Amino acid sequence: MTIAIIEFGGSNCNLDVLHVLEDVVGVDAERVWYKETDLDRFEGAIIPGGFSYGDYLRSGAIASRTPIINSVKKMADEGKPIMGICNGFQILTESGLLNGALMTNKYPKFRCEWTNLRVETTDSPFTSAFKEGEVIRIPIAHMDGNFYADEATLSAMEDEKLVTFRYVDKEGRVTDEVNPNGSQENIAGILNGKRNVMGLMPHPERAAESILGSNDGIRMFQSMVEYINNR
Amino acid sequence: MQYRAEVTIELKPGMLDPEGTTIKRALEHLGYHTNELRTSKRYIIDLEEESAERAEKKVDEMCQKLIANPIIHNYTIDMREA
Repeated sequence: MTIAIIEFGGSNCNLDVLHVLEDVVGVDAERVWYKETDLDRFEGAIIPGGFSYGDYLRSGAIASRTPIINSVKKMADEGKPIMGICNGFQILTESGLLNGALMTNKYPKFRCEWTNLRVETTDSPFTSAFKEGEVIRIPIAHMDGNFYADEATLSAMEDEKLVTFRYVDKEGRVTDEVNPNGSQENIAGILNGKRNVMGLMPHPERAAESILGSNDGIRMFQSMVEYINNR
Repeated sequence: MQYRAEVTIELKPGMLDPEGTTIKRALEHLGYHTNELRTSKRYIIDLEEESAERAEKKVDEMCQKLIANPIIHNYTIDMREA
């Protein structure tokens, strides 16, 4: 099994994800430059964080219109798991693989800090190793993480349990004070309708070893690997 | 023919515009009251086409494919001969 790490000009969390997959989880991973068009050899893909194309136009917009995204869509159609982290989440919404849009933070500031997340569903390739309702610690680092979708979309997403993580306090309560960016319903991560594509603003690769202050993030990668092994 | 399109992209009405809100607040610190302040982005695109209609159609495609995000934006195109 090999997992693709999709790279654009301006990706900068690619090596962290590579380290986590190879050295911590212990699976094969390969960095793939955006000019490649054939991703058939991969069992899953991760679009890491960074500032693709300088975040010009809108975060993720230019990357989402590159040919490799068509290959990522093909993987998604085939049921392979795709995870977009931070800028990767922005790329997935801009490409239409996920609902909604990521707008500038409500208080327009770059926020880089630890957040508490509540696991909203374990029914996905990325969250099966968690317990529903569990509170985990994962850091964020973004300027445009304010999740927006219109009300009809949002309510359909709630009905289908497509929200994977929400920003909460230590006790697991959803409050405005702990919402770092103004996201609707404190949403931090979501799934597509087929549940095999997830985008999230927090960085699980930065919380994948206890030396970093938390290893809660490792279970997202482990869940993904287990899902691939069982397909 | 040479045409120049001025494309204006703005957030849909009612959507939060943190940049506009911050500028409005700063103006208030300077003593200027505004009822509303919204930001927009303008792109100036020069292109060669057979007619104004074709040029406008091209620019509209560009807006739909890349320049605007239909979930959050409205846009207008102002086209003239360059």
